[in-house]
Amino acid sequence: MTENVLEIDHLTKRFGGVTAVNECSFTVQKGTITALIGPNGSGKTTAFNMITGYLKADSGQIRFDGETIVKPRPADLYRRGLSRTFQQARIFPELTVEENLVVAAGYSWRQLFGRRVSESDHERAKEMLGEFRLDTLAGLPSADLSYGQRKLLEFAAVLMSDPTLVLLDEPTAGVNPVMIDTMEQHIRDRHAAGVTFLIVEHDMQLVMRLCDPVIVLDQGAPIAFGSPETIQSDPKVLEAYLGS
Amino acid sequence: MKFATTRAGLIRAGVFFLVLLVIPIVGGPGYLLNTLIFTIMYAALSSSWNLIGGYAGYPSLGHVAFFGIGAYATGIIFSDSVYGGYAPFFLLPVIGLGVAFMSIPIGWVSMRTRADVFAIVTITLLFITQTLAFNLKNVTGGAQGKSVAPAPFDVGTYDWPFYYAMLILLAIAMGISLYFRRSKIGLSLATVRADEDKAHGVGVRVTAVKLIAFAVSAGLVAMVGGVWAYYVGFIYPQFAVDPLITIGMVLMAFLGGRGTLWGPVLGAFILVPAQEYFAQAFGASELYLIAYAAVFLVIMLFLPRGILPSITERLARRRASAAGAARDGASPTPSALPTSEVKVVR
Repeated sequence: MTENVLEIDHLTKRFGGVTAVNECSFTVQKGTITALIGPNGSGKTTAFNMITGYLKADSGQIRFDGETIVKPRPADLYRRGLSRTFQQARIFPELTVEENLVVAAGYSWRQLFGRRVSESDHERAKEMLGEFRLDTLAGLPSADLSYGQRKLLEFAAVLMSDPTLVLLDEPTAGVNPVMIDTMEQHIRDRHAAGVTFLIVEHDMQLVMRLCDPVIVLDQGAPIAFGSPETIQSDPKVLEAYLGS
Repeated sequence: MKFATTRAGLIRAGVFFLVLLVIPIVGGPGYLLNTLIFTIMYAALSSSWNLIGGYAGYPSLGHVAFFGIGAYATGIIFSDSVYGGYAPFFLLPVIGLGVAFMSIPIGWVSMRTRADVFAIVTITLLFITQTLAFNLKNVTGGAQGKSVAPAPFDVGTYDWPFYYAMLILLAIAMGISLYFRRSKIGLSLATVRADEDKAHGVGVRVTAVKLIAFAVSAGLVAMVGGVWAYYVGFIYPQFAVDPLITIGMVLMAFLGGRGTLWGPVLGAFILVPAQEYFAQAFGASELYLIAYAAVFLVIMLFLPRGILPSITERLARRRASAAGAARDGASPTPSALPTSEVKVVR
């Protein structure tokens, strides 16, 4: 499998005098769990935001599933199969756990005027809640969830649209070790079911055992690309992380 | 929060509307019906405002513009008495639909901004409309005002048609609120209010639901304006497009609890009679506005999220602590979470 699901071509973003992402090009191959790592401020989240339409790129091109995205908009991309999560687990705290899934499942114009949670919504949500072992919490306001559970819920919600590519922004930041294992298992399960992942993560142990290949960004551009082993021994990577 | 129509909810609504329905028939002091018409009017306005300001979280301060447009539409169409009678009431749906459609581009432009900026942008709408009402003299009569054909109703029951028209509009506004909450429109609006950027990110039809809420809200407010114009009989720009009306509908929703079904109604039933009372007590001076503000400040100080949400929250907390006390000694349930973790939102 060498088909690229995502191709980033010379993407650039400047904030005033700071170039956050600088002529950045990389690809994500279908069926991989690709990691995007780099020191703080290396432009990982900015790149995420441009890919998912939250930030307008100053220049450069994004191709998703073989098509050039001329005007990336989050909702359009989501419907086309590109989902993302956020660093701080953004869920809708006023909605119940189940409703958080239902609203992310997508709906037609006719359904917009229909029931808030229909029988078929209920069924679909139930399946996902079962997979993520959140079923006992279905009716709870999601404001009552712990931070780790919120991360799980956000992840489960973006899977409701059956995406082809999921961008996870630090999926295990700030959660306990048990939850990290849980999260890893869910990523592996979904990967086995055919979903491609692009993951920004600071937990290097997790990256090294879960991801292949790894892309290393520094100062807004990739400095290394390859398997976890090659990355670990790359002098440029060591320099970027440890400073010269 | 449960959104299903419960039996208790149906009974509450039934009693509320039944009481209001029979009040004119039972009768009472002369000023009662007049005060009630304005109370119900504000309840309807506030409930309509709540669709966009409460459920969608877009606090429009320009909604009185639509009220004024509805009022002037009625005034202009029925300036001569040729149509008379109940015709203005029957034309209300047309005015409502017209204003709703007209409001779509306005909503589309203004809702590109958010929160406080949105509030300020919508204030300009108020002043633009008022300025137009002053200056389009051929249409509106300018500062001299515009008379609406007097209603040929019997003196004894003169207020009744206006009263029931307002009541019907309130019922419609509340019915639509309920429908919103129980449909995916309400679900989508809740995501817009909580985190609009994230809502985009999970494919919610953000712009569409915002515009639906804005247009429906504007159309309803215009219909209320139409009834008001026919009732007062003579409309001036400074009264038809009065900032106090905008403030009134917003304050009442905040007071009762925005984003709730009964909050705006409760707010109106507290503030309008209070305002009338203070106006009487302090005579013609504008001191009554200070008392009016004081009522609001006191409630906001003690129930900052509005009456209904604060009370429900307190009840829920009491119930939870009672349940917690009952559970003491038993093994802790796995769903019990440390509160420190619950607070992390963003």
